[in-house]
Amino acid sequence: MAVTAETIRVKQKWDKRQIGVAALFLAPAMLGFVVFYLRPTVIGFSNSFTDKELLRPKSEFVGVENYREMFQDDVFWNALWVTLKYVVINIGVQTVFAIVIAWILDRLSGSRVLRTLFLTPWLMSNVVVALLFLWILDFRLGVMNSFLNSIGLPSQPFFSSQEWAIPTVAFINVWRHMGYTALLLFAGIQTIPKSVKEAALVDGCGEIQRFFKVTLPLLRPVFAVVLVITVIGSFQIYDTIDVTTEGGPVNASRVIYVYIFDQAFARRNFGYASAMAVALFVILAAVTVMQMRLLRANESDLA
Amino acid sequence: MTMTMDASDQQMGPVTSPRRRPRRRPKTSDIVLWTLVAILLILTLFPFYWSLRTALSSNRSLPTNSTSLLPGEFSIGGFERALGLASTEESLAAGGSGAEINFLQALMNSAIVATMVTVGQVLCCSMAAYAFARLRFPGRDKLFFVVLTSLMIPPIFTLLPNFIFVQQRGWLNTYHGIAAPTLLMTPFAIFFMRQFFLTIPHEIEEAASIDGAGRFRTFFRIVLPMSASSVTTLAVLTFITQWNDYLWPKLVGQDESVRVLTASLGNFRSQTPQGTPDWSGLMAATWVSIIPIIILLLLVGKRLVDSIQFSGIK
Repeated sequence: MAVTAETIRVKQKWDKRQIGVAALFLAPAMLGFVVFYLRPTVIGFSNSFTDKELLRPKSEFVGVENYREMFQDDVFWNALWVTLKYVVINIGVQTVFAIVIAWILDRLSGSRVLRTLFLTPWLMSNVVVALLFLWILDFRLGVMNSFLNSIGLPSQPFFSSQEWAIPTVAFINVWRHMGYTALLLFAGIQTIPKSVKEAALVDGCGEIQRFFKVTLPLLRPVFAVVLVITVIGSFQIYDTIDVTTEGGPVNASRVIYVYIFDQAFARRNFGYASAMAVALFVILAAVTVMQMRLLRANESDLA
Repeated sequence: MTMTMDASDQQMGPVTSPRRRPRRRPKTSDIVLWTLVAILLILTLFPFYWSLRTALSSNRSLPTNSTSLLPGEFSIGGFERALGLASTEESLAAGGSGAEINFLQALMNSAIVATMVTVGQVLCCSMAAYAFARLRFPGRDKLFFVVLTSLMIPPIFTLLPNFIFVQQRGWLNTYHGIAAPTLLMTPFAIFFMRQFFLTIPHEIEEAASIDGAGRFRTFFRIVLPMSASSVTTLAVLTFITQWNDYLWPKLVGQDESVRVLTASLGNFRSQTPQGTPDWSGLMAATWVSIIPIIILLLLVGKRLVDSIQFSGIK
């Protein structure tokens, strides 16, 4: 095997003119890649071992000092905990809604108008969505509290209560993302061969049974990919919180992104913020690998 | 679940039977499901409606009229204030702060930055994607793999060093500073266009090269026009993404002359003085920023939905 690969490599002759053309085609995009992706990735890592500060040109190598500080920083651990709480509520609820929508769309009609309508919230910016709900959930004038009052419940300070801040933001993003997630799952359901579904019907499977015993298991590979995408996105919650609670009350909604920003820009601790960004990177990579393993994303039951 | 279906079966049965079609009668479970769809749709669309209703109400009518579906007191004052058409006195009297953010300027800034990024990114990424899909050069697949891998890096990781880079070059509060990180490429755009170029039959380019067309001519005269639908979809996705971006524009473009809509809207809360915010004006401003997206959705919604779906299953 290695021998053949070697021989091919020797035999293959590159067309020099084509290499030149390729270089020209690639140049602008690769300039962007090197300057705004590759370079900052390397610098991000190396900054995490320095005491770099914003607006101060000189910085010194401090070894793993930032990481040691991070492990002893209660606010960092709190930020991770709050982020995790958010991800669990957000992904949990959103996935259930998305599966239900996807299943109904497949069952009733895949009408594109319907799909587009469900997708609309996802196309709006986080800022716009946050403002819509800031108004709807307003303590004094919001329609949600009027509704709660009308069914005999007291008004809730959704954004300014320690208890409710994270669930509220999580539900806002369930609203924004459920249609998008449903669309991805719907595409997955459509790839399941009709014959399989019909076979289940012939065998006397009920609607609900068919969903749990046929559709859901066969959807697993797509489901795994969708879950990885949505979980990674969910960990990076920032915009909604920045517009609504700004991390408060106290640290109740100070998720990891918000805390990294506080450190980098409000306190100018760029080195420390970089170390936390590295930690987030590692966590995301670990979560992704774990999910792929658990859901056996690379194997299909259809084969 | 099964219980509710059975119950409604008995209820709905007699109602639907007279209108029963000869071939396929609407099943009870269908009716339950359509009801569910209706509820989910209302949940999805209500916030939009509610903000429009608020935007068209006067601030004065909001406290006394907090639940009616129509504006308590119809007024386009909110939109006038959002677009800076109301005088300071008018605005103050209507419950505005009197120092409204200049949304017309922000609207223009958003349009400029989003257009710059869309044109730059779509052009550069199409060219790069063509090289990855069609041209032969050493290390091609390895390079493509490296580019794709960078999709895994959380944006905040690159954002911190990029901020210093832009700051050191004096690009803070400039359009090109806001546009810079996404102006030339995103890994997604390259991936998206490459997927499409791979589906074009080789014969077409071969025919062109026999006719004596160089690679550049072939690409710009034949391949790119053939890809018009993919290019449009990518352009719309890029435009919307940039239009909605908040974090980076907020960091590098706080000056009002370049500040984009999202950053201006995000400022609203911190700028609101004590007391009741100008909800009507704010919701109007929100709608101003929603409208361009709705227009795009009406124009290319079909393709957009299909391509998002496609990107999911890959």
